[in-house]
Amino acid sequence: MRPWEQDPILAVDRLSMRFGGLVAVSDVSFRVGRGQVTAVIGPNGAGKTTVFNCITGFYKPSAGRLALSHGAAPSPSELDALTRTGRAAARTRKGGVFLLERLPDHKVASAARVGRTFQNIRLFSGMTVLENLLVAQHMGLTETGLLSPAALLNLPSWRRREAAAVERAKTWLERIHLIHRADDPAGDLPYGDQRRLEIARAMCAQPVLLCLDEPAAGLNPRESAALNELLLSIRDADATSVLLIEHDMSVVMGISDHVVVLEYGRKIADGTPEEVRTDPRVIAAYLGVEEDAVEAIEAEVGV
Amino acid sequence: MDIFLQQLINGLTLGSIYGLIAIGYTMVFGIIGMVNFAHGDVFMVGTFTALIAFLLLTTLLGITSIFLVLAIVLVVAMAFTGLVSWAIERVAYRPLRGSFRLAPMISAIGMSILLSNFVQVAQGPRNKALPPILPDVIVVWDSGSYAVTLAYKQILIMVVTAVLLFAFWWLVQKTALGRAQRACEQDRKMAALLGVDVDRTISLTFVIGAALAAVAGVLYLTYYGVVNFADGFVPGVKAFTAAVLGGIGSLPGAVLGGLLIGLIETFWSAYFSIEYKDVAAFSILAITLVFMPQGLLGRPEVEKV
Repeated sequence: MRPWEQDPILAVDRLSMRFGGLVAVSDVSFRVGRGQVTAVIGPNGAGKTTVFNCITGFYKPSAGRLALSHGAAPSPSELDALTRTGRAAARTRKGGVFLLERLPDHKVASAARVGRTFQNIRLFSGMTVLENLLVAQHMGLTETGLLSPAALLNLPSWRRREAAAVERAKTWLERIHLIHRADDPAGDLPYGDQRRLEIARAMCAQPVLLCLDEPAAGLNPRESAALNELLLSIRDADATSVLLIEHDMSVVMGISDHVVVLEYGRKIADGTPEEVRTDPRVIAAYLGVEEDAVEAIEAEVGV
Repeated sequence: MDIFLQQLINGLTLGSIYGLIAIGYTMVFGIIGMVNFAHGDVFMVGTFTALIAFLLLTTLLGITSIFLVLAIVLVVAMAFTGLVSWAIERVAYRPLRGSFRLAPMISAIGMSILLSNFVQVAQGPRNKALPPILPDVIVVWDSGSYAVTLAYKQILIMVVTAVLLFAFWWLVQKTALGRAQRACEQDRKMAALLGVDVDRTISLTFVIGAALAAVAGVLYLTYYGVVNFADGFVPGVKAFTAAVLGGIGSLPGAVLGGLLIGLIETFWSAYFSIEYKDVAAFSILAITLVFMPQGLLGRPEVEKV
C-alpha cells in the first residue's frame, strides 16, 4: 500500500463538479497523505482549482465525498456509516472525521481546520501585517465568533489568550522574516513577501491541511527556493499536511511526496514525482500529443 | 460674530445626530455594499421607542431623576432598535445576498415603507410630543443685543455622541470583533475561509448601526421634543448625504460628513433662508456625487487593469 493510502488526512471519493452543462471535474478520487506534501498538477483548465474550491468549501460539489480526518483516518466502513447518517462530522476513536462537502465554508476553516491561499493574493490589504495574522486566529480568540465577554471586561484569561495569539503571529513573522514590517499595511509589502504572508496567515489558523493554489506563481528563482524551504518546514516542524497546485515543476518535483495529475477534469496519473514524470499519459497531456505518439516523443526526449 | 457662534453650536448639535445615523449607512455599505434605505426608518423606530419608554418611566413608574430616565431610555431604545434591525437583516436582506445587486436595495425600500406605515397605523399619524426635557441654558456670551446660549441638552447631545464615538472606535479598531468586521469589509469570502462567521458579523454590523441610530433617536427626541412616523425620511436621507460626503464606507468620514451637513443646514437657515435648508443639504449630495464621488475621506476606487 502506498504511504498516502495508509493514513490519508483527506480522502477524495468520486468528486464531480458541474457548472450548468460544463463538467469541470468528473469522478476524481485521490488520497492526501498525512504529513506529506501532495501536488495537484495538470494543464490549464484541467479542473485543479475547482477541486481546491470544493475541498475548501468555496463550491458545493455536484457529487462526491471529501472526508478529512483528525487523528487517524477512519476505516471505510466507519466512513460509510457516517455518510449514511447525513451528518457533517463525527468523533471517532482516533479523533474526528469531517465531510467537507456538507460543512458551511467558515466551518471548513474553523472546525475541520483546512487553510488555503489563492492564485491571486487575497490579503486584507488595508489592515496591518499583524492584524492579518490575528484575523486568522479569530475563532480561537472568541468563543462565539463575536465579542467574548472576557474581552469586554479585559479579564486575565482574555489577556492571556490575546497575548498567545500575538505571540503566535510574531513567531510566524519571524519565520517569514517580516517582523520589522508588522505594523505596515499588508498591501504595501512587495509581491514575494505578500505571498509568504498569505501562507503565514493560513498557518496562524493552525490548519491540519494547508491548501496552496500556485504559491510559486510570479516568484523569482531565489524566492521560489525560499518557498520550498518554508513549505518543507511546515510539513516537518508544524505537522501540517500540504496540498498544492503548482505549475513550477522545480517546486513540484523538489518538495512533493505525491503527485496527482488531472486533465480535462479527470485524473490521469497518481504517484511519486518520479513515477509521474515518466508516465506517458502525463507527458502526452503536457505536450499535447495523442497517446500513440508518446513513444516517439519519449524516444526523442530520452526517458 | 454672535450669530455665527450660536449657529456653530446649533450646527454641531444637529451634526452629531446626523453623524450617529450616518455611521449605520456607512458600516452596512462597507460590509455588504448595499445602501440600507430602511436605516432612516430604523432611526424613527428608535425615536418612538424612546418616546414610549420615556412616557412609561415618567408617568407610569413615576421616576423623577431625568438622568436615570434618559439612561434607561437609551438602553431600551438601543436594545429594541437593534433587535428590529437584526430581524430586518435576517428576513429581508440575508436571503437575497446571493441575488442580483439591486434586490436587497429594493427590499430595503420595501422595509422602509413597511416601518413608517406600521408606525403610522400603530401610533397614529400626528406629531407625538414630549414635555420639555432639560430646558435650562447657559449664556456663553452676551453682546447686549444678542445672547449666545448653550442648552444643557446640547451639551448632553455632544457629550453622548463623543463618548459613543470613542467606544465605537475602540470596538472597531481594538477588539477581535472589529478586526473581523474590517476583514469582512475587505474580503468576505477570504474572512470566511479563515474561520470568521461572516453572516454573524454582518448581523452584528446591523445591530451596532441600529443601536447608534437609536442613540441618535433619543437625542433627537430630547432636542426637538416631537416625533411622527415620517420623521425617519428626511434625517435618514440627510445622514445618507453625510455618509456620501464623508466618503461612503469610511467611519471617520461619516462623522465628519454628519457635522458638515449639520453646519451647512444651520448656517444656510441663519444667513439665507430657512425654507431652502433641505435644498442646500441635498444639493451637497448632488455636488459631491458629481465632483468628488469618493467623498472627503473615502478611498478612490482603483481599477486594476
